[in-house]
Parts: sequence; structure tokens; C-alpha cells
Amino acid sequence: MTAQKPLFSQVPISPCVDKVGVEERVARFQTRSIKGASKLQGLSMVLSMIDLTTLEGKDTPNKVKQMCYKAAHLHDAYAGLPTVAAVCVYPSMVPIAKEALKDSTIKIASVSTAFPSGQAPFDVKKMDTKFAIEAGADEIDMVISRGKFLAGEHAFVFDEIAAIKEICGTKRLKVILETGELATLDQVRHASDIAIHAGADFIKTSTGKIQPAATMQVTYTMLMAIRDHFDRTGKMVGMKPAGGISTSKLALHNLVMVNEILGEAWLSNEWFRFGASSLANDVLMQYMKQVTGKYQSADYFTLD
Amino acid sequence: MNILKTYKIYIGGQFPRTESGRFYAVKDQDGKAIANVCLSSKKDIRNAVQAARKAFGSWSERSAFNRGQILYRMAEMLEGRKAQFVEELMQQGQSLEHSKIEIESCIERIVYYAGWCDKYQQILSSVNPVNSSHFNFSVAEPTGVVGVLAEQSSGLIGLVSQLMPVIAGGNSAVLIASEQLPLCAITFAEVLETSDLPAGVVNILTGSAIEMLPTLAEHMDVNALFLSNAGKGLTTEAQLLAVDNVKRVVVKDEDWTKESNQGIRYISSFQEIKTTWHPIEQIGGATSSY
Repeated sequence: MTAQKPLFSQVPISPCVDKVGVEERVARFQTRSIKGASKLQGLSMVLSMIDLTTLEGKDTPNKVKQMCYKAAHLHDAYAGLPTVAAVCVYPSMVPIAKEALKDSTIKIASVSTAFPSGQAPFDVKKMDTKFAIEAGADEIDMVISRGKFLAGEHAFVFDEIAAIKEICGTKRLKVILETGELATLDQVRHASDIAIHAGADFIKTSTGKIQPAATMQVTYTMLMAIRDHFDRTGKMVGMKPAGGISTSKLALHNLVMVNEILGEAWLSNEWFRFGASSLANDVLMQYMKQVTGKYQSADYFTLD
Repeated sequence: MNILKTYKIYIGGQFPRTESGRFYAVKDQDGKAIANVCLSSKKDIRNAVQAARKAFGSWSERSAFNRGQILYRMAEMLEGRKAQFVEELMQQGQSLEHSKIEIESCIERIVYYAGWCDKYQQILSSVNPVNSSHFNFSVAEPTGVVGVLAEQSSGLIGLVSQLMPVIAGGNSAVLIASEQLPLCAITFAEVLETSDLPAGVVNILTGSAIEMLPTLAEHMDVNALFLSNAGKGLTTEAQLLAVDNVKRVVVKDEDWTKESNQGIRYISSFQEIKTTWHPIEQIGGATSSY
């Protein structure tokens, strides 16, 4: 545990984001071509960074069990594939996931603080988080109060994150900014700075319930916030783009971007994650295409 | 002014250029270039199969009657553009008389298969006698995505004769056009595009069969292949590559100009028979009481 409590007054003034510049730089990441052995290595890395996610009102215990099995057995037809990093579920599903994954090293991430809207009393949010941790969650994905943030109550948002981090203790906290509701890259940058200084171990783009979600422009802006924080303090913060990354190509472009902005140290699932539900299958199909030389069919990969 | 037309390919209801950026010139009998045509690549095959897979679900679930309407519409659209097709066939070295006959046969063949759309099911399906308390019946269902290597020696009739039974039966198709006679194939794509045929049900690529067929044959998401006079070497290669996902490989080395070479047998080649055992109260119940 860190000794001193984070203070809102210590959040630095966020720099303005040059939107046109961001778009041009991001466009350049997308022109990189990754082939052959590097592609295989990249795809394998993507698999190991996935937080396999199901966050639906219709989630049943068996659906969660099934997803947990998939998390540990991505494609048994081919040996030597990694497992995903974590599964991401609602708090009520944490005990089920815990039981299903008791023999594996896959982490259990639980969303909390009245995900996805975050529109609940503060006490409810704290209880939500405590429940998830007591049920065995290894990581907490909280949402910020976007309403308060947009109303200018930045200190409120900061305090909320700090309080949830206190409940989390040593469990890692991912803070979801829901960038699709923040409207501008300047606001995304400001929210990132607030989250980082309030104690976030990871900052995460989206809930996956709102479009647009993890665009590369938004991820770039958040990566820059992490970079600046690291340059200033020497502390690493993780990044998790979530929502809308469903193809291998896009995932690889994201890795290229992380490598260039933050460097190789971030290229592991300790510091970088993809929040996704359908990405895994596309990566698997691309991986098997690379291995066999044949274009693959979804018929030969499990649904979830 | 005489403009040398550049023919594009047809994928998912769009007319893109090949992603490879390559092309080749098609020449008339005197060796004079008459058009530039896309030399499609493996990645075009990939894109086309993806489009065909996406289109398959809703096409196979359309009502049979509606599929018939759409095929009939194709015949109407082809009828309206006859002159252009005749001209293209003649450019590729065919006589006026033969070209006219070929187009007429194509229109007739499309109408013929339009008629089959809501009739082959009754003929291919059956109620089966079984020695237990079950109502046992078999129905025909489309195979899926079918890769078609068009007859290389004809400009249109081969392509039409192969394509129509495939889509009449509710499959979607990726077709490799004749390498030397590709003009009508792309103009035919324009006919398809204006016939209410949903995007992706038919995708047409031009280029080298030797280069593209193996990719199509080994593609795990292609369920059947339809070859016509592809030659022994290429046919055997395709059959071997098709083994991994147990594709149907249908080889019909026919003369497609003959009227006898049309029929339900070409539809049934791309149908899977599904048999259902439905429990009933007593043996014999399947005879008079259902």
C-alpha cells in the first residue's frame, strides 16, 4: 500500500490534444505490415492479452462457465497456444468464474460501480466493489461518473476513483473512462490524468455498450497520458482498449502503437489488455491460417 | 472515341479492382488488345469467400418462390442487354449467329432454373418408411458456399449453366471466370447487380485459374467446388486440396450449349439431405395418420 493518499490538487494540468496530429499519427500505425514469424508472435501476444468478456443482462451461470472453458482452451486442435489473460464478468458471476477457473492462472476481472452507467449512489458502488472482491475477483473494472465529469465536478470523479482503489487494496483497478461519452480528445486526456493520479493501475477506454468505443485515436490519447506520467514519475500504468476491436489486424496495429509510444516494457498482459468478446476467434483463425497456409472457417472454432 | 474498357471484379455487391493491383489484356483473334481485365489474387478469393459466407444465411432462408422471382428478373435484365453481350462475344472471336444463339440459350437456361427454385424440394425430399415408431422424413438443404470454376471454353453459357443451379438451390457462390473469355462474366455481374440479387450471393473474379483454384480448393470455409472441363491435372489437384474439410467436388465435363445438359441433377449436386426421426405413438402411424 502506498503511504500517502492521492490528492486532486496534484493532478497536473492536462495538455491540449492536437486532434489532426493524432489522426495523422494513428493513420501511420495502420500502414505497417506485419508478416510471417512476427505476425505469428504478434497474434500469440494478442491472445495472451485478451480479457475475454461477457457483460450481458442475459448472462447465465452456464454461459459464464462455457466462456471460462474457452478462456483456458482457446483452440485445443493446435498445441502451444497461450490462454487469455483474464475473463471479465459481472460481480454476480464472479463466484462461478472463480470455481470454473480454479485450476488455471487466468485472472478474474469483475466490473463494478454500477457498470455500465455508473449512475448509482456512492455507497452502492462501494458495496458493489466489495462484493466482487470478496467473491474472489482479482481485478476490478470500475466506471467513472461521466455525468459528474461532464458537469465539471472533476474532484468528485477523482475522489470516487481514489475511494474504490482503497477498497481494492492490492487488487488491480482498471478505470473505464467511457470515452464514447466524453466527446473530445481533450476530455479523454483530462479524464485519463485524473484516473491515473487517483490510483488507477490500468486505464480503459470503454464499457463496450457505447459507440464509438476503442478507436485508435482515443487509445493513442490515453497512451500519451500514460507516457507523460511515466516520464514524470517513473511509474507504469496499464492500458486496456475495449470494445470494437474485433479483427486481428486492428489488434496488431494497437500493439505497434503501444510499442512505439510506451515501449517494449508494456508489451505483456501485465500492462496491456484487450477487452473483447469476438476478437479471440478472429485471431485464432488468422493464427491457424499462418500455420497451415489455408484460409480458415468459423465452423472449426468454438463459439464461446 | 474508342475507349479500352477496364473490367473490374465483383465482390459482395461491389465492383472493386483486384487488391493486387494487377491486370492483363484480353486480345481478339488478331492479337489486338480489346480490354484490360483484373488479374485477381488469393486475397481477392479470401474477400469473395467472406462475402459469400455473409450472404449465405439470408439467401438460403429466403422463400423459394422469391429466389425464383429473382432468377427470373436476371433473365429479364439479360434480355434487355442482349446486344452488349452479343458484341462482347463477337469481340472475343465468335460469329454473330453463334453469339445470338448463345445469349438466347443463356436466357432460356436462367428461366429454366428460375422455375426449379420452388420445385426441386418436393422431388428431392421424401417421407421414408421405417420399422419403428417414428415419422421419418428427409429434406434437401443447400450445401453452403460453392466455388465455381467456370467452363473456360465459353464466354457465357458455361458460366450461366454452372451458376444457376447453385444459387437456385440457395447456395452462395464464388466464381472464377474464363481466363481468355472473361468479358461477359463481368458484364453478367452488372446484370446480377441490377436483379435484386442480394450482395455477396454471387462473386465473380477474373484471372488465372491455375493461380486461384488451389486457394479456393483448400479454403476451409468453402463447402463445395464445381469444375467443368478443367483438365485432369487441375481437377486432381483441386480434389486433393479439397480433402481437409471434406468438400464436395462436383466435376461435370459437359457441353453446356446442349439443352440436355440442364436439370435437377445439377441442383441436387449442391444439396445436403437432412433426415429427421420424429417420434410418434405407434408403428404404422406414419402411413395414414399424419
